[in-house]
Amino acid sequence: MKYAFFPGCVSQGGCPELYPAAKLICQRLGIELEEIPGWTCSGAGVLQEKNQLFGDALNARMLAKAEQMGLTILTICSTCQGVMSQANHRLKGDPDYLARINGFLAEEGIEYKGTAEVKHLLWILIEDYGMDKLTEQVTRPLGNVRLAPFYGCYIVRPTEALGIEDHPERQTSLETLIQTLGATAVDFSGKTRCCGFPILTINEKNSMAMVGKHTSEAKDLGADAMVTPCPLCHLNLDGFQPKAASQAQRRIELPILHLPQIIGLAMGISPSELGLKRHIISTSPLEVKLGART
Amino acid sequence: MDVTLKIRRFDPEADRPDSYWQEFPVSVADNATVLDALIQVREQDDGTLSLRCSCRSSICGSCAVRINGHAALACKTSAADSMDSEGVIAVEPAGVMGVIKDLVVNFDPFWQKIRQVQPYLQPQGPEPEGEYIASNEAMLHLSGVTACIMCGACVSDCTVLEVDPNFLGPAALAKAYRFTADPRDGDATGVSRSRLEQLNEATGMWDCTRCNECVQACPKGVAPMDRIMALREQAIEIGLGNTNGARHAEAFTEMVGQTGRLDELRLPIKSVGMTNIPALIGFVPVGLRALTHGKLPPLMHRNVENVEQVRRLFRRVEQSQSS
Repeated sequence: MKYAFFPGCVSQGGCPELYPAAKLICQRLGIELEEIPGWTCSGAGVLQEKNQLFGDALNARMLAKAEQMGLTILTICSTCQGVMSQANHRLKGDPDYLARINGFLAEEGIEYKGTAEVKHLLWILIEDYGMDKLTEQVTRPLGNVRLAPFYGCYIVRPTEALGIEDHPERQTSLETLIQTLGATAVDFSGKTRCCGFPILTINEKNSMAMVGKHTSEAKDLGADAMVTPCPLCHLNLDGFQPKAASQAQRRIELPILHLPQIIGLAMGISPSELGLKRHIISTSPLEVKLGART
Repeated sequence: MDVTLKIRRFDPEADRPDSYWQEFPVSVADNATVLDALIQVREQDDGTLSLRCSCRSSICGSCAVRINGHAALACKTSAADSMDSEGVIAVEPAGVMGVIKDLVVNFDPFWQKIRQVQPYLQPQGPEPEGEYIASNEAMLHLSGVTACIMCGACVSDCTVLEVDPNFLGPAALAKAYRFTADPRDGDATGVSRSRLEQLNEATGMWDCTRCNECVQACPKGVAPMDRIMALREQAIEIGLGNTNGARHAEAFTEMVGQTGRLDELRLPIKSVGMTNIPALIGFVPVGLRALTHGKLPPLMHRNVENVEQVRRLFRRVEQSQSS
């Protein structure tokens, strides 16, 4: 199994623990990653506010590179998944638009033919790798742990660009994965809602209200931790949870784990190798409960 | 086809008004809509069930409810496609707006916000002798947004309205775009400055989180969030740059256009503005916590491999639009 790896800026920036954790578990699982040379930001929806063409030109450049490599793109970010899927959907669905974007790329000797695919590690594990095979890799089942799934908007909506109709299993992919690792998935209303990160510098009060609402709800339903395939959600839910808790005037302290970290823990990898000490909300109680720390 | 409708009930005149779930097993045709099933419950099982509906053809916008947690028109949703493995369909009143009774919600704030954006043409300058003329090209892209039937599905599922009732919201903002982008409105360049100035204020276009809930919920393809992004593009274009949102989009574009990737250390600082001392001080505790956990982005921001290619791409896109 080999993929064109698109790490995304945040996995090496605001969440520097994510990139090595993802590489490590892929290596252990036998998933080969070839990083897309000169990969850029996907635009994260922000570039698209200023000018959609900037974002679509950048993404077409990366899609073309993956096409040339003959590999499906593997991403570890819900936001990048959504933004790249939407760009790909526009490009594949409209030959005139594809030609227009290719016009910008032509002088670089690049052409996107419209055949590339973008898939999050979460989808790849379920659709390509298989849960049976993953079960074989679980050496430390998370039996006594309750995990709240938090998807991140862009990996669930809009469904048309994300191929949900052909892959309905994607809508419950995080719960499926949590159960495969032996843990219990906590169902809560906030799981597909917005974490508030995009408006952090615009309306902090609303952003914190969202963090407080979702983490409190999961905590009150007995979650030991929350798991997210989106590093932008992680930045807000973990990094700004203390601020959200003080705005909500309550104690929350819900550890937030990146998807590869929880898989790594179930595979018996140590918390320090997975970068858990870099989290703002301490993961120690979870590690103790898992027997990953004495 | 046997279906169990699990309906969220609420009666304000009950002794102790509190909402509760009630299940109704019904037998409906295989091609029945959720609305057909609801009407059957009202006619055969419980005449006190309150719901709004009229046209049954997704034109009137009356029957927006939450089906299995997400807003939709009951008349446009197939019952067979909505059942879980046990044949249950959960129906709740639309979110955000307060419940009056059962599936009927209070639309007063909805209409108040629609009125707030002055949903009518306001041409400026001397009146033409005949009618106001708009080209097909200038109007075609508005056909999506004029399809709005004011059903409130987008408002029901808006993640911002859930925490902040003051937000103008997806329906009103999409409606506003319908006028800012109409060549007959405002200064005839297709952009109405005074409208955009108002929408640029707090609770307006920049408070949207881009979560796509409204795009998903809208039964008519209005894609309100995409219209909000178009409003932002218009606001930046006419020079309304003095918001954190506009600065954020500008700084983001500049960084990616120059280096290929995000510089997460400098982006928040540029977003609030270099002279916004209180906001900058507000970053300090968060920055310190990140620093002590080794979570800070790299201090030196590096260019991507072959960054010149990215810069040339940006220049070519810009040139194509200015010519």
